[in-house]
Amino acid sequence: MRKLKFGDAINEALRQMMEEDERVFLIGQGVTSPWYVGATTTGLVDRFGPERVNDSPVSENGVTGLAVGAALAGMKPVVMHPRMDFMYYAMDPIANQAANWHYMFGGQLSVPMVIWGIINRGNEQSAQHAQALHAMYAHIPGLKVVMPSCPYDAKGLLIAAIQDDNPVLFVDERWLYEMEEEVPEEMYSVPISKAVIRKEGNDLTILATSWMVTEALEAAGILENDEIHAEVIDLRTAKPMDEAMVLASVSKTGRVIIADGGWRTCGFSAEVAAVIAENIPHMLKAPVKRVTLPDAPAPASAVLEKEYFPNSDTIYHAAKKLISG
Amino acid sequence: MIPEPGTLIALYTTMLRIRKTEEKLAELLNIPGEIICPVHLYLGEEAVATGICANLNDADFVFSSHRSHGHFLAKGGSLKKMMAEIYGKATGSSKGRGGSMHLSEPEKGLPGSSAIVAGTISTAAGAAYAFKLRGLKNVSVTFFGDGATNEGVFYETLNLAVLNKLPVIFICENNLYSTHLSIKNCLGDTDIRKKAEAFGMSSYRIDGNNVIEVYETAAQAVKRARNGEGPTFIEAQTYRWLGHVGPNDDIDKGLRSQRELDSWKNRCPVKRIEKWLISNGILSGAGIQEIQDTVIAEVEEALIYAKESPFPKKEDLLLNVYKG
Repeated sequence: MRKLKFGDAINEALRQMMEEDERVFLIGQGVTSPWYVGATTTGLVDRFGPERVNDSPVSENGVTGLAVGAALAGMKPVVMHPRMDFMYYAMDPIANQAANWHYMFGGQLSVPMVIWGIINRGNEQSAQHAQALHAMYAHIPGLKVVMPSCPYDAKGLLIAAIQDDNPVLFVDERWLYEMEEEVPEEMYSVPISKAVIRKEGNDLTILATSWMVTEALEAAGILENDEIHAEVIDLRTAKPMDEAMVLASVSKTGRVIIADGGWRTCGFSAEVAAVIAENIPHMLKAPVKRVTLPDAPAPASAVLEKEYFPNSDTIYHAAKKLISG
Repeated sequence: MIPEPGTLIALYTTMLRIRKTEEKLAELLNIPGEIICPVHLYLGEEAVATGICANLNDADFVFSSHRSHGHFLAKGGSLKKMMAEIYGKATGSSKGRGGSMHLSEPEKGLPGSSAIVAGTISTAAGAAYAFKLRGLKNVSVTFFGDGATNEGVFYETLNLAVLNKLPVIFICENNLYSTHLSIKNCLGDTDIRKKAEAFGMSSYRIDGNNVIEVYETAAQAVKRARNGEGPTFIEAQTYRWLGHVGPNDDIDKGLRSQRELDSWKNRCPVKRIEKWLISNGILSGAGIQEIQDTVIAEVEEALIYAKESPFPKKEDLLLNVYKG
């Protein structure tokens, strides 16, 4: 099977969905730019024209609200935010309008849109070019939040998100864009709300999201050298979370690390920990361990960045501690 | 061009329906515990919604704000469902999930109203974008107050609408107050029309208490939109007779003067068209009375429907968080 990079897999998902369903359109800053969003939108404007591939002004609030209205009027918009940090400007249309609409009007219209937020950090970009805000959106009723960690899921989850009848946050990381693997050419979807076991093991469970799946798998590989067999679960959807798979794995291993690229306090890792604590406290052989960003803004200096972002090493040491008690 | 007699009578009837509904609600709001949800009444502004919506059909969209009753009724929303919604009933237009501020009837081109100030300005532009992409001749309209022009999204959307030449009409109901605050205390320049003009948009400043002027201006805007000539901004100058929310006029709170209120009541939009219809021989006193009786009966009927309707079931609390 041919291989695709993560960014190209997104491109293919967009192209195939726009070819199949004329209601789908793409809007956002840089969708016709050669560098804003990597290869994810390359060539789309030539194929579909500037009305269906709308490179918008820097008006996050207005543009996202426009996408909400278009969804109410029968379209399936994908609104792209090249940096999640700028999505604070769009909080009202996402949280007040899109998320509430179906419930607030008694289940009449819904807002079938994708809000694509890109986490774009590292390289000394500092605090306003680094934020991973998936937990903030997962907090809001009515939204779904998906976080692919590999090219196969990037394509499948984006297609599922576009096909969904609800507002779905599609959150990805630029760090994933060069990752390459086999991706089917035909259209397929990866179900929302389903996690997947990336590596089986019996000694501990590592629950990871997005880029942290890569780090978790690397850590699990090193742990094998120490005869520690970690199970790595890629949560894939932050909301609604696949609680069944989480609880089954942690029940089996009794030890768990939650590795998430967001902040610690009220972060996504806190929610996962709460789900475990509420349901299977008696199955835990050791306290839940979290690997997250510290409760601090992202720094610029590469020396500080190295301290700030957790990696496979952080996870490895957390696992060793967890096993040795 | 003055509208046909039939249209004029329809305009009057709609205005009266809104007037009598709001008067009844104000009366009910004075009874403790009768209505719980926040209710923002439209008394005094009836000509704006009526004159605009009379130019639209069911396929056109009207988005609204917290002060949603007038727009809902003028666009053909069910008075019964609206009353039931205000009473929090399962038969309400939003099945008791929205209350007075969130009315919707999609089959009448009423996708919804938002309680966030300026919350549907960009949404309306988005519906217009959809109509354009789908090759439809439909028009999208959003109603908002003068206060909403202080929100950033207002300016973002004016630009997007001009940039994309969208079939959207922005109706600013300038009622001179942003909740408790006089327009003079929150706008550096109170000539709101100019703000749209600055974006290169066709814009009008009209007497929002003159339903014929509103109707005629809207007719031009709708025509432009359907012809693919882009958006229009209309500042309709009007006045709300009651306070921001609830049945009181806020004069005792020192927010405005009795004199100011009286001067606007002398410019009552309903009386104005009523007099005009009589003096132009379109309706007689008896004809007016007949319409009044019909409308009052409708309001009573809707109220009975609302009161007799069942409440939502407790076990349905979590229905419709997601679709499907």
